[in-house]
Amino acid sequence: MQSKTLIYDGTFDGFLCAVFHIYEYKLKDVFIKNKFSVQSQLFSNIENIITETEKANRVWNGIKNKTSRTGSYQLYYTFLSEKEGVENIMLDAMRYILGSNVNSDKDYSHPSILQMAQIAKMVGREKHRIEAFVRFKLTKDHIYFANIEPDFNVLPLIIKHFKSRYADQKWLIYDIKRAYGIYYDLENAEIMNIELPSGFNFSKTDSDYFSEEEFEFQKLWQDYFKSTNIESRKNMKLHTRHVPKRYWKYLSEKQPD
Amino acid sequence: MSFQRIQEKLKILADAAKYDVSCSSSGSKRTNTTKGLGDSSGMGICHSYTEDGRCVSLLKILLTNHCIFDCAYCVTRKSNDIKRAAFKVQEVVDLTINFYRRNYIEGLFLSSGIFKNADYTMERLVAVAKKLRKEENFNGYIYLKSIPGASDELMREAGLYADRLSVNIEIPTESGLKKLAPDKNREDFIKPMAKVKNEIIQYKAEKKIIRSTPKYAPAGQSTQMIIGASGENDFQIMQTSNHFYRNFNLKRVYYSGYVPISYDDRLPKIGSEVPMLRENRLYQTDWLMRFYGFDVSEILNEQHQHLDLDIDPKLSWALRNLHEFPVDVNTADKRMLARIPGLGMRSVHKILNARRFRRLNWEHLKKIGVALNRAKYFMVCDSNQFEKRDLTSEKIKGFILQNSNSKYRSALSNQLSLFG
Repeated sequence: MQSKTLIYDGTFDGFLCAVFHIYEYKLKDVFIKNKFSVQSQLFSNIENIITETEKANRVWNGIKNKTSRTGSYQLYYTFLSEKEGVENIMLDAMRYILGSNVNSDKDYSHPSILQMAQIAKMVGREKHRIEAFVRFKLTKDHIYFANIEPDFNVLPLIIKHFKSRYADQKWLIYDIKRAYGIYYDLENAEIMNIELPSGFNFSKTDSDYFSEEEFEFQKLWQDYFKSTNIESRKNMKLHTRHVPKRYWKYLSEKQPD
Repeated sequence: MSFQRIQEKLKILADAAKYDVSCSSSGSKRTNTTKGLGDSSGMGICHSYTEDGRCVSLLKILLTNHCIFDCAYCVTRKSNDIKRAAFKVQEVVDLTINFYRRNYIEGLFLSSGIFKNADYTMERLVAVAKKLRKEENFNGYIYLKSIPGASDELMREAGLYADRLSVNIEIPTESGLKKLAPDKNREDFIKPMAKVKNEIIQYKAEKKIIRSTPKYAPAGQSTQMIIGASGENDFQIMQTSNHFYRNFNLKRVYYSGYVPISYDDRLPKIGSEVPMLRENRLYQTDWLMRFYGFDVSEILNEQHQHLDLDIDPKLSWALRNLHEFPVDVNTADKRMLARIPGLGMRSVHKILNARRFRRLNWEHLKKIGVALNRAKYFMVCDSNQFEKRDLTSEKIKGFILQNSNSKYRSALSNQLSLFG
């Protein structure tokens, strides 16, 4: 029999609905694909999945009943990696978990479970790095603004952290790659689409938009970064392992003088 | 605040504080319940790393580098001809808040040279912490240095605002301290440390009865020793370290390879190498003590007073104790698994979880992330392929060194040629 490809809308709920569909029709040889990643629809047997919250919840609750807390969040983290083919790793892991009588989300000798744990670990690491590498700049209208370009879609994962930490200042974190952001208005933090001025330069601090004191604090931070280094222990290999070069362009301390 | 003056002070006082290696911001929970600034979840964050590869988590500065003491190993010693500066309390508060708001740091690490006397200095440090907590509603991390000789009352107050307190014993032995810091005596270090320890014990007891007991130094206390300045061997260093872990419930002991900063005859010459490899081996031993269930005397004792530089301390222990191996990963208990060279605690946990489902073979172990090039000589698993030769310790060590690429290779070949 020819294999079947299910296309979902790119959301986590959409993915769960695809899993629902697979169980409903007892499909065996099947691929789940994000609609944005599908190029050619010519040769394969394709079905578009409609996202319904109720179905998604049923699958998710089923998973939650069969897994520990770590297991279910690993599944979600893995999804946010947006890696190609990750849906089928997840599907395989979910089939194994749902079909097992014992809690098997820690069976690291099962290939998909191990792979999922490893991908989730990468996403978790990226989340932690972004929590560290966000650099807020104070705008003229008193909003602390930061732009990021994470490898994985971690914005939804970092809201809680920033909301509880910066409860008394307005802030906005913008994902350049995925063109959306989170804005906190002193009450709520929400995911939204944000229009930026045309020609806005993300790696520069433009005096048209940013407050005067912003430049002083960036300078102080750069100075501090230099003074706190011990030259006789210099170890650039270690430095770049902790602060990979792809993050440098938005870190104020790594900007040229 | 005047930007230029602050800029100059920051350069001087950050430079002077950089020899304190600790920059940890973990272990303290302060929830932001009043919509103030900052929230500590217990997990530390390194916001950046210096070019020497060390974590930048806190704004680490001295309040002043004026000092009445003349400790040979210290940059800010009285007799050293350097620029001196001092922050005002408000200046430190402003810097901390503004850096924190920009997500540069997790909080403040404040130390100081000793001006006038211990209490006078400690009072200023406490004033900064108090202002941050009370006036700025700041819930970020505050790390204060306990000034040797500070009074009990001040130490009590310090712990109410700070997350962590530390006092550096600096020189691992008393005789070394006498030689290099004649003005100081060990009693002065011990006194504030003992006070903080007792306050923490009392806080924990009271908290069980009254939940709202104000927090006291929730991230505990730590200390630092300078390595390679006064001729101690590894056995002495780890003995001291063990003593402090046991008797003062320290969270961490830091080991700081001495960076030559003085032409004093009592110390290594300027230009001599920082003992980074040795420092690394000491940290590995520290970890084996704290997380791997080793007793310090298993690794260092009268017979073995020095850590091997070419192999890590766990491997070195295993080679001295071949009668304990091979270990069967499918049946061994956690304690023994943790003793296999090449297995970290993460792998140990993965193995414990995975082997409930099936017997593990080499393929599983490799995927889990075990460093088999070392581990394979010390274990058996679900496979009939295992090391069957009766190898001596020297042979195993030789095989492992042949097949590994130490990042310290250049440092090693230098140091080994001394003996060869």
